[in-house]
Amino acid sequence: MKIADVHKSFGHLEVLKGVSLELMKGDVICIIGPSGSGKSTLIRCINALTPFQRGSIKVMGIEVNDQHLDKRALRRRVGMVFQQYNLFPHRTALQNVMMAPIQVLHQPRKEVEARARALMKKVRLEGKENSYPGEMSGGQQQRVAIARSLAMNPEVMLFDEVTAALDPETVKEVLVTIKQLADEGMTCILVTHEMRFARDVADRIYFTDRGVIVEHGPPEEFFTSPKDARTRTFLGQLS
Amino acid sequence: MEVLHRSAFRMPPAHLAPVPPVRLRAWFGLVLIALIVLPAAFADAAATTAGRAGIFATLARWTPLLLRGFGFNILISFVAMTIGTALGAFLGIGLISLSRPIRQVSWTLTQFFRNAPWLVLLFFAMFMLPFQLRIGGLLIPLPDWMKAVIGLSLPVMANVGEIVRGAVLSIPSGQWEAAESLAFSRHQQIWTIILPQCVKRMLPPWMNLYAILTMSTVLASIVGVNEVMTLAGQVEAAEGGRTDLLAPLYGWILLWFFLYSYPIARLTLWLERRYHVEI
Amino acid sequence: MNAVAAWFRQLYQTTGINLPIIYDPFDRARFLRGLDMTIELSVITILASIVIGIVGAWLQGSRLVWTRRIMQGYIQVFRNTPPLVQLYFFYFGLSALLPLRKTSYGTTAPLIGGFAWVCISLSFFAGAFNVEIFRSGIEAVPRSTREAAEALGYSRLKAYIHVILPLAFRVCLPALNNNLVNLIKTTTLAYAVAVPELLYVSAQIWSDDTNVPEMMVVLLIIYVGLVGLLVYIMHKVEHALRMPGYSRV
Repeated sequence: MKIADVHKSFGHLEVLKGVSLELMKGDVICIIGPSGSGKSTLIRCINALTPFQRGSIKVMGIEVNDQHLDKRALRRRVGMVFQQYNLFPHRTALQNVMMAPIQVLHQPRKEVEARARALMKKVRLEGKENSYPGEMSGGQQQRVAIARSLAMNPEVMLFDEVTAALDPETVKEVLVTIKQLADEGMTCILVTHEMRFARDVADRIYFTDRGVIVEHGPPEEFFTSPKDARTRTFLGQLS
Repeated sequence: MEVLHRSAFRMPPAHLAPVPPVRLRAWFGLVLIALIVLPAAFADAAATTAGRAGIFATLARWTPLLLRGFGFNILISFVAMTIGTALGAFLGIGLISLSRPIRQVSWTLTQFFRNAPWLVLLFFAMFMLPFQLRIGGLLIPLPDWMKAVIGLSLPVMANVGEIVRGAVLSIPSGQWEAAESLAFSRHQQIWTIILPQCVKRMLPPWMNLYAILTMSTVLASIVGVNEVMTLAGQVEAAEGGRTDLLAPLYGWILLWFFLYSYPIARLTLWLERRYHVEI
Repeated sequence: MNAVAAWFRQLYQTTGINLPIIYDPFDRARFLRGLDMTIELSVITILASIVIGIVGAWLQGSRLVWTRRIMQGYIQVFRNTPPLVQLYFFYFGLSALLPLRKTSYGTTAPLIGGFAWVCISLSFFAGAFNVEIFRSGIEAVPRSTREAAEALGYSRLKAYIHVILPLAFRVCLPALNNNLVNLIKTTTLAYAVAVPELLYVSAQIWSDDTNVPEMMVVLLIIYVGLVGLLVYIMHKVEHALRMPGYSRV
């Protein structure tokens, strides 16, 4: 994936002021930064949920800013997990996971069901297949959301502050799931506040502030000797 | 606009306390009816002379016919509601369409049929619709009541469109985003994810609309359809044009409408509380 | 005016679109009278129903149980029965029970005419809805505001008039708006008791001149226009009454 000089404004407010980064298959990167720095906006631009004015984002050869972009084709290959989980409340957990492969990819039901059950097992929610989202805790819902995105067999996974709405105990269960994914070789972009997790799982860390990427580097380098003053201030505020 | 929440209330000083809402018990209604009916019955009995039957006896005599008329009103309301809801669902989806021309046409239709008085739309239907339709080789007669049904289903369609639109807009945007991220098409998003969630929250305003529609079926009497009000007029004429029969007669019909609508209103309130939407 | 009339006469000759309400002075006069009647009915019923709503909401807050029960009874009856039947009940039913009066030319006439009965009936009909609307507005005023008024020495009535009502009014304005718009549409019921409002005179005109489609379109446009006008006025009222910084929108 290649993101080059992306600019995005909401009306008069410029949120992304020329962001560039590159990603290889199997890379796991974390984007951190203060609120309003544009990290969530950037992630949403990648799978075309939010349009952007200038620049280019190329995902596996698909140019996202293309006028004639087949958005659905892009989204079949890029999965996204949200802060608010956004499970469909009128379907059970298993149905949530199964819905998209059946209705969008038109895959046979039996095959999808088997895969869905395996995914539920993988996120350690075996036994919760027939529960509704309303009956599950936040951490459980978030793991179902991860399973739901994985069911589409994406090549890239985007995580938008997925643990921000959870309480500390449940945060851990979700992070373990993500680490497992990363270790298995999935290409992941995480926007997160969890510094220790970022240090543990990321190949590279990117720091954004006010719409630009201020600094980036491998975690050891980034956390122990940040080069930019803004990075230092931000990391200092956290400890 | 933010409504200041009732949770701002604590135990207030007595003379400024917001008074608890009154729950009307059924027996209040009976007391009320008894208070009106009993003295009226006495006065009626006293005024009954030979050859001029008492009002209650008259009402009782004509009730079966009037009930059939009332039943016809209910039938009209069912058919108009069905047609209006079906058309309104599509109109509602047109209102949220991504295509601007479709949205504008839908909006125009909605505004037009919502802002026009129901009686005018009834006249519109009665005069503008042909008395028979030719579809293919079939000749389908359109009786007056059918035209009235079509006339009544037009405002229902517009209101249902608004209800659908309101319900869809109240679904959190996260649902749309999740559905889009999973590569669902717009059509799939609307029909399998968004609309099923809307049904519950559409129920109270939809039932409210039905109550309004039922009351509006009496407008059909003005355009010549034979329903309960026309029958009431005919009853009065049959009784020799007794003007003192009119108040009890219309009161009697009022009571039937009340007995039909009030439970619906209570049910709607209960549903509204049960499916209270947290936005 | 004559030029306009001539143009429309021409329109009739060429296209068959017949609008005698513009070129024919008699039709024009009665059409405008009808429009005037509709506007009068709308204004009177709107104002009266607002007054009934305010008084009713006050009575609903009474400490006397029976006052509250009677108010609730009134509201439920008027909300759950058809306004047309209510009108007939008043106009044909009650009117027949009232004494007659002598007119200036010696005949007898009902004590209360059609126009008045329509105003009375529709005002009570809309008033019932308004009571509920005002009630919910009043209940939305937080207790602390009431307490502040009390602490400043306001009596219950004065607090109601100067503090609670203004706040409640602003909160319930959207719902009230909706109800008032419906009232304009409900004035067409006056047709049923031969009050010469817009629909009635239009019916007379189209039966005289057999131009039903044209009159229909004109009618629809005028009512949509009237409603639009009221919505515009209410929008201005809402804007004038807004409390800066209050709404989260």
